[in-house]
Amino acid sequence: MTNQTIAAPSSKSVNSRSASRKFFKIGRFPGFGLTTLLFFLFLYIPIFILVIFSFNSGRSATIWDGFGLNWYAKAFNNDDIQRAAINSAIIALIATTIATILATLASLVLARSRKFKGQNISYSILMMPLIVPEIVTAVATLSFFSFVGLNLGIGNVIIAHTVFCIPFAFMPIRARLQGMDSTLEQAAMDLYANEWKAFRYVTFPLLMPGIISGAMLAFIISIDDFIITLMVSQAGSTTLPLYIYGMVRMGITPEINVVSSVMLFMSIIFVSLSYLIGRKK
Amino acid sequence: MPETAIEVRNITKKFGVHTEHEVTALDDVSISIKDNEFFTLLGPSGCGKTTLLRLIAGFEYSTRGQILLYGENLIGLPPQKRPINTVFQHYALFPHMTVAENVAFPMKMLGKDDGETKKAVNEKLELVKMQDFANRKPGQLSGGQQQRIALARALAPHPKVLLLDEPLSALDLKLRQEMRTELKNLQRETGITFIFVTHDQVEALTMSDRIAVMSVGKIQQRGCPTEIYEKPNNRFVADFIGETNLLEATVSKVEGNDIFCKLSDNIILKGEGETGKNVGDPVTLAVRPEKIALSPISEQTEGSFTGKINNSIYLGTDTTYIISVNGKSELASVEQNSAVGKVRFKIGDEVCINVADNAIRILED
Ligand SMILES: Nc1ncnc2c1ncn2[C@@H]1O[C@H](COP(=O)(O)OP(=O)(O)OP(=O)(O)O)[C@@H](O)[C@H]1O
Ligand SMILES: [Mg+2]
Repeated sequence: MTNQTIAAPSSKSVNSRSASRKFFKIGRFPGFGLTTLLFFLFLYIPIFILVIFSFNSGRSATIWDGFGLNWYAKAFNNDDIQRAAINSAIIALIATTIATILATLASLVLARSRKFKGQNISYSILMMPLIVPEIVTAVATLSFFSFVGLNLGIGNVIIAHTVFCIPFAFMPIRARLQGMDSTLEQAAMDLYANEWKAFRYVTFPLLMPGIISGAMLAFIISIDDFIITLMVSQAGSTTLPLYIYGMVRMGITPEINVVSSVMLFMSIIFVSLSYLIGRKK
Repeated sequence: MPETAIEVRNITKKFGVHTEHEVTALDDVSISIKDNEFFTLLGPSGCGKTTLLRLIAGFEYSTRGQILLYGENLIGLPPQKRPINTVFQHYALFPHMTVAENVAFPMKMLGKDDGETKKAVNEKLELVKMQDFANRKPGQLSGGQQQRIALARALAPHPKVLLLDEPLSALDLKLRQEMRTELKNLQRETGITFIFVTHDQVEALTMSDRIAVMSVGKIQQRGCPTEIYEKPNNRFVADFIGETNLLEATVSKVEGNDIFCKLSDNIILKGEGETGKNVGDPVTLAVRPEKIALSPISEQTEGSFTGKINNSIYLGTDTTYIISVNGKSELASVEQNSAVGKVRFKIGDEVCINVADNAIRILED
């Protein structure tokens, strides 16, 4: 039977046709589509429900009682939430600013200086925090802070956030810089700009989308962080994620849904903007 | 006697010194470029043209040697301190600035006031016929238009020397031909010394006052276009520029500057060039195909010799004949097709070969 198939003059084309059909069909295997669909449902239904129930007028986070913004009003007037939000904002703003400046400098050094020994290693070290498990970083940071006796209250959190924000700020800036033609800087210097002016008028404006994109990414990563913040924060430096966690343990109310939804919208907006600005020509 | 604008003295440039990838990009190069001259560096890819230009602009440091600008040593001066501007191969216009801002950039960096800057911008945009595009961004311009802006920008601060690194190579053929004349006119109008880099011999021959032919980091020959074309010194120059016949011969008699070379028993050719040859030395002769005239065998004249047409190639404006001489050497001869519908010789015809006076060069080894 097999012999016959091989010997048949048309077997080759038939075989290759069926092979290619199989190849293209692999994505349409029965069950694949359904699995993917279930995956998306599983991922997004809880978030969807969370957002819906933030608009619940009743007291429950599980029983729909009609549309209302009363929980939003309540959440925005809650002193603890306000304090946590302000803490989160202060930490994120300062950490983002410092991290973005450092990331910009690092990317300039790595991309624009003459090749130096350890250039690749420097790059790897910079990206390291992305692969070190967060709990490890958290524990390490905590023990380091107590080892050197650092006790700056919210300052501790800011320092920790700055450190893990750097690689996130670094990635879009570096991508931007790599796509940039270095002859532009040479042209600027040829046209009588000194190094600072070449940076100020040529490199920096062209790098700006990357810097903004990196800063937004760093900001949202900082706003969102839980594990490291939990470890290093002291009384008085509670951030929004820590506050939510504390509340959840006492039972879920639509107020938590509100805070979570607001954070979700902010994340979506920031990440989309970061992507759009980073992509800009 | 015109002043010397740029003097390159014994410049050697090595890359990757002390590594296994050491490259000598320039090897003891000396050139002197006169004030108000259109000077061209011509050579194949990788011969070190860009490196030399970057050294003059200040982007690289030489391993050895000096570069002088009107007698003043440039070594150690960064690019922004040299009154020399560059037109980059891919123009390097600042994409976030308008055309006018691009042209104004060097003026601002030099600390010129707004009035002077504005005047220079208008003047230079007019010079390159781009005044209507002042408010566009470079991304909204065609390649040829970007080229003009790059020129305007480099000329705005009125540099002493303008460096151009293959500025026409990114343009299509038609535009390239137009820009050749325009560049040449621009150089005459502004009176600025141009140093132009190209690997295109036609570009070099049509635009330059003088040419330096380079190969593997060395200057092979310097001279005006006719010298370079008609009196090549060596095999590289003869071969790189235009078409040429290279013939192996032996010196049979030396009379002052005239050297008589024996191509075969009955053919003796008078050549000039490389002196210091003695009777019996082997030499290479170069003759341009258009310097070889053919006539029917019946019209044999004094000093001519005979050959047989091996091949004829019709090229529209002219015809190239490949002729074998004594069954040994092959010669190409180009003849203009001035008469309509007539090809003078067919394959296999015996012809009489006349080489123009002083057309035979004896090449250095
Ligand atoms: N930064 C560098 N590092 C190492 N080698 C280099 C560097 N720049 C140039 N070279 C080498 O020096 C030689 C001359 O290069 P250069 O760019 O001057 O050539 P070119 O004549 O401009 O060629 P092309 O016509 O291709 O532009 C080449 O062999 C090149 O590989
Ligand atoms: Mg080059």
